Amino acid sequence: MADIKVLTDECTGCGSCEETCPFGAITLENDVAVIGDKCTYCGACVEVCPVEAIVLTKDEKAVQADMADYKDVWVFIEHERGKIANVSFELLGVGRKLADDIGCKLCGMLMGSGVEDFAKDAIAYGAEKVYYIDDPILKNYRTEPYAKGAVNLIRKYKPEIVIYGATTQGRDFAGNVATTIYTGLTADCTGLDIDPETKFLRQTRPAFGGNIMATILCPRTRPQMSTVRPKVMPMPARDDSRTGEVIKETLGMSEEEVRTRFIDFIASDQKVNIVDADVIVSGGRGLGKPENFKVIRELADVLGAAVGASRATVDAGWIPYEHQVGQTGKTVRPVIYIACGISGAIQHLAGMKTSDVIVAINKDPDAPIFGVATYGIVGDLFQVVPALTEEFKKRLGK
Amino acid sequence: MKIAVCIKQVPDTTEVKIDPETKTLVREGVESITNPFDEFAVEEGLLLKEKYDGEVHVLTMGPPQAKDVLKNAYAVGADNVYLVSDRAFAGADTWATAYALSGALKKLGDLDLIICGKQAIDGDTAQVGPGIATQLNIPQLTYVDKIVDVDLENKKIKVERLLEDGKEVVEADMPVLITVVKDINEPRLPSLFGIKKAAKLDIPTWTADDIPVDKDKLGLKGSPTEVVTIFSPEVRGGGEILEGDVPEVVSTLVEKLMDIKIIK
Ligand SMILES: Cc1cc2nc3c(=O)[nH]c(=O)nc-3n(C[C@H](O)[C@H](O)[C@H](O)COP(=O)(O)OP(=O)(O)OC[C@H]3O[C@@H](n4cnc5c(N)ncnc54)[C@H](O)[C@@H]3O)c2cc1C
Ligand SMILES: Nc1ncnc2c1ncn2[C@@H]1O[C@H](COP(=O)(O)O)[C@@H](O)[C@H]1O
Repeated sequence: MADIKVLTDECTGCGSCEETCPFGAITLENDVAVIGDKCTYCGACVEVCPVEAIVLTKDEKAVQADMADYKDVWVFIEHERGKIANVSFELLGVGRKLADDIGCKLCGMLMGSGVEDFAKDAIAYGAEKVYYIDDPILKNYRTEPYAKGAVNLIRKYKPEIVIYGATTQGRDFAGNVATTIYTGLTADCTGLDIDPETKFLRQTRPAFGGNIMATILCPRTRPQMSTVRPKVMPMPARDDSRTGEVIKETLGMSEEEVRTRFIDFIASDQKVNIVDADVIVSGGRGLGKPENFKVIRELADVLGAAVGASRATVDAGWIPYEHQVGQTGKTVRPVIYIACGISGAIQHLAGMKTSDVIVAINKDPDAPIFGVATYGIVGDLFQVVPALTEEFKKRLGK
Repeated sequence: MKIAVCIKQVPDTTEVKIDPETKTLVREGVESITNPFDEFAVEEGLLLKEKYDGEVHVLTMGPPQAKDVLKNAYAVGADNVYLVSDRAFAGADTWATAYALSGALKKLGDLDLIICGKQAIDGDTAQVGPGIATQLNIPQLTYVDKIVDVDLENKKIKVERLLEDGKEVVEADMPVLITVVKDINEPRLPSLFGIKKAAKLDIPTWTADDIPVDKDKLGLKGSPTEVVTIFSPEVRGGGEILEGDVPEVVSTLVEKLMDIKIIK
């Protein structure tokens, strides 16, 4: 049996446990913390106690028996600079399917400052409930307050599954949450489904640069958590007639407790970022010199596409690192990827080979890029790419 | 300034395949390298050491042969290197890896800064860095592409983080854990002297008994996740090579791409 006690000699009566307890189970009596019947042995108080005056003993079996208490599928609703990340809507789409297969509810988890309208968006995309924390501390994303908010919500409401976008924000913060809760987290999944027998979440993801796929379970702890690669799950339809419940909670953290401070955001001068782009035009060493990225940019502009690059061009200083596609750059999954003067080294392919349609333009007929290309053109990019730009201009009336 | 850098030995992933018969990983003949992102982590440690007068401790958790990556780190200028190695660590997922490494980092003690790579190219999880920071209860700054300033007196660090749509400037209290991306620096090569020195080095090994950890939380036993199957991804075959002169192929391609109805 789990047991929790307060070492009365150590307790200073500071009250931090009382504030933190997600269940309101702790009160101060004569300047000593007293833990009441509402306690679920979650351990939140143990962590915040500055003098280690609370002792929790938990046996393995207690954790297992608890599993039945966990229900519902949660999606973390990520937003940055006033806009919900598309991946959050995609996750509500796959989350709907998971919830239906288990027979439970689909919920959103939303944190921020003055973003209650986003709860409506989550509901329009299928969430039945949205758990929401509003606090000025949460204005700009920072790991500590976001992780704290998520941990408190998860401990209180016990979701069975929590999924996050595998974005910089989602990956930054989910690792923190999973560590605190002591549950599994599967990174960068490209497939999620429910095992029909056990009802466990089957999490499928690429590893070793996409050379193998692995299916991963989290059999003994809850919630089961994954980050999911953007643009893999289909975007569900929005339906503004849907209704849902918004449940507000408080953060219970002061600015002084946060050890990081947001100073500034410098927007990239890229018109479209490569991770979100539907169309990417990429250039490689075949461009010969940095100025020649112009031909790539011109085509990209006509198509409303983002500009990508191979590592060879980034290392040569022709274009900034944020454009690099591949194993040591970004993984992208556009509808159309146009590779110009890129040989198709395996490390480059690792970052783009799941694109829906790949076009390769290369003068070497044996270049490995043709091995993955939907359409290949063997030829000089300096003839082909400008001709493409002109033809698209005509077709699009630009 | 006391700096620790966590590095991982990884297979050169481009060579890793699945044996279609046994359905297991074929690692044979696959070369092991330092995780590329961790080379930037080591270099950043060395740059900070030179600028702020400090010491750089490099550690890796892995089997005995992981010593190779430590030798490389020593050859480029790390002050001390440690191998964290024990059968008990085997089969660790990111939770148990971060837990064991945080034990080793506690043993090092009094650190101002811990540097990890953004992610390891075998697992690609990017979870171990945040896991360590959480275990040690220190702040984390991930995807760092520039250290703007270190204020040792007030124990503050200011960095730039590379996000999808731009860069974020943030400040944190030290001790802090950062994870670094490739753009942050240009790793140096070892000198001949460094290589010779490293070859002679006797690398200290820490087992589970040497670090402050609860053994139930190590390795396979301590790992919440379980890999149940591995399989080869669907191979993507080459498609169609468009034939003809430039105007012909261009017009065929434009036709095909317009059909997808994504270009407007
Ligand atoms: C650990 C590690 C990680 C790596 N990570 C990445 C990564 O994230 N991303 C990445 O891209 N690479 C990565 N690489 C590097 C990768 O192995 C290749 O070196 C790189 O992708 C090559 O870039 P490239 O195709 O532009 O250049 P090259 O291989 O030099 O290819 C240039 C191509 O252009 C063609 N060409 C030349 N002139 C013309 C012309 N006028 N018209 C048409 N075609 C022309 C040539 O036929 C050739 O195929 C990594 C390598 C390692 C070891
Ligand atoms: N076994 C290990 N030993 C030392 N450092 C590690 C180990 N595994 C991961 N790391 C560190 O954590 C980072 C992220 O790894 P990962 O979460 O596995 O993608 C790596 O770049 C290393 O800095």
